Amino acid sequence: MTAALEVIEAPAKAIEGRSPVLLAMRRLRRDKVAMISLVVIVLIVLMAIFAPVVAAITGHPPNEQYRQIGLTPDGLPRGPNGTFWFGTDDLGRDVLVRIAYGARISLLVGVAATAITVVIGVVLGLAAGFLGGIVDTILARLIDVVLSVPFLLVAIALVSITGPSLSITVLVIGFFSWASVARIVRGQVLSLREREFVEAARSLGAGDTRIMFVDVLPNVLAPVIVYTTLLIPVVIVTQATLSFLGLGLPPPTADWGGMISESQNYYTTAWWFILFPGIALLITTLAFNLFGDGVRDAFDPRADRLR
Amino acid sequence: MTEASTEPQPLLRVQDVRKEFPTHRGEVVRAVDGVSLEVRKGETLGLVGETGCGKSTLARCIAHLYDVTSGSVWFDGNELTGLSRRAMRPLRREIQMIFQDPYGSLNPRRRVGSIIGDPFAIHGISKGAERKKRVQELMELVGLNPEHYNRFPSDFSGGQRQRIGVARALALRPKLVICDEPVSALDVSIQAQIINLLADLQKDFDLTYVFISHDLSVVRHVSDRIAVMYLGKLIEVSPTDQLFEQTRHPYTRALLSALPVADPDTADSREQIILAGDIPSATNPPQGCRFHTRCPKARADCVASEPPLEPVFDDDPAHRTACFFPLTIGEDLSTAVPELVDLPDREAS
Repeated sequence: MTAALEVIEAPAKAIEGRSPVLLAMRRLRRDKVAMISLVVIVLIVLMAIFAPVVAAITGHPPNEQYRQIGLTPDGLPRGPNGTFWFGTDDLGRDVLVRIAYGARISLLVGVAATAITVVIGVVLGLAAGFLGGIVDTILARLIDVVLSVPFLLVAIALVSITGPSLSITVLVIGFFSWASVARIVRGQVLSLREREFVEAARSLGAGDTRIMFVDVLPNVLAPVIVYTTLLIPVVIVTQATLSFLGLGLPPPTADWGGMISESQNYYTTAWWFILFPGIALLITTLAFNLFGDGVRDAFDPRADRLR
Repeated sequence: MTEASTEPQPLLRVQDVRKEFPTHRGEVVRAVDGVSLEVRKGETLGLVGETGCGKSTLARCIAHLYDVTSGSVWFDGNELTGLSRRAMRPLRREIQMIFQDPYGSLNPRRRVGSIIGDPFAIHGISKGAERKKRVQELMELVGLNPEHYNRFPSDFSGGQRQRIGVARALALRPKLVICDEPVSALDVSIQAQIINLLADLQKDFDLTYVFISHDLSVVRHVSDRIAVMYLGKLIEVSPTDQLFEQTRHPYTRALLSALPVADPDTADSREQIILAGDIPSATNPPQGCRFHTRCPKARADCVASEPPLEPVFDDDPAHRTACFFPLTIGEDLSTAVPELVDLPDREAS
């Protein structure tokens, strides 16, 4: 009997408890749509990283204006052909190369602004929910204020003061997005802090900071991860919107929103000029959104448990 | 209020402790309303009462999880009341708590090894391989497989989880362990295992327990003395056997009558006391004796003033009852009719 038990127990040595995040990853791996989206995201990332390679293959640097071969005699953009696969823009630049370089901006802003958003949102949400009292009152009102500020108007005003730049774009987006993360985290923490394991930690002598980051934070990680993956496409679109309105990056930097904006006067004659940057933006946000949906389903406790 | 005990110094002394919680409507909930008791080293004090009577609040006042509204808590000669968090830290090691809900009291997102290792981490005792070794020793001590160190609480059953809670509470070798309904959430068969584990550990480590439960049969099994609480007050404190053999307070009798009996013949013939109504609100407790609204023996005196907690008849000084009309042995309570007018013939009994 004991021998049999030992045989059964033997593999337990190797088995580590599977963390909820690990279980979610396993579920995610079985989600076909999410996995295809992930492949698309990886391809876009590769395109951004290897944008200089794209430039080298076509032989066209992103900001080089081919006024002779890139424009028609009337000075209009040329359509897709053997030299310019995706056509040229109004200044005779290669649209394909500029899309590749534009991916760098979109992803950089997407990741950087999301990171700022999540860090500020999580820390302030934790503090508000856990510490309560006056801290909570002040932070909760601040969240309401930030959420009710008309984002675009303030962004336009701010950029007109400081001038367009990459860092101001990231900061503006980060500053206006943290409040919704903080609100989600605060709500979760409000219920978590009443749980007995928090009381248990207190009875062991743990201080507030330790309880917040060691005991409470891991429990809000799942919704934060889900929200983060769904926030990236929103940030990318926001950045494109700001660029479209002329609040993005100073020319001649290539970025998708800016390209779509420049194409406005040509959409009747040069369909490729608006179509390809638009498709790039669409595919990217769609891939991130579908992947985010997959992540949300994977973290959903009602989903089938993988055993 | 002086304790009749002749012991040199009790490990824990609770003196006239009150704990009030403000409500949203500006009222005050008097969860614990003037409780005094002592716990001697090495004994188990059972604390029983209905849900909402203030047992758990009292436990949290003792463990310094709540600040008391008034009164004081003394532990091993130190007054805990008003101690800052910093000053309390070394004493935290001496007083530990085992919680009721083995699902809620363990962080679901942390591995068992780090949960049990928490006390070491918080108090800066040992780390790395040394800590792991101590954690695994603790796991073995409470009957868990030390190889399951890296698992999550969700990989364990209710009983095993409660063992994890016990291991965590014992990590720092405390003197006093407050068990807040440690078995109420478990299956009956598992309850016995945990109770036996607690009893073994008490012998091995010379522990003192405050054992809270609403289940009198469990408390009877483990306790040396029992304190019965009703609406934030102690109404009867007694050595365990005396509480069962010479029950004095009508409320205690009612609780005892609700105990299941194994023998059906006895079960049929014994008295059943069914208390009318619910436990009154602690925001506005009844005047005088708090039990008078439900007491089968209530009289006008019970409304007029509050009975003190003291020995009645010729009881042992350790057996104290807060009742103006305590029960005599063998008195039949099931036929008693609550009357709020004094009747001389009933008073004689």
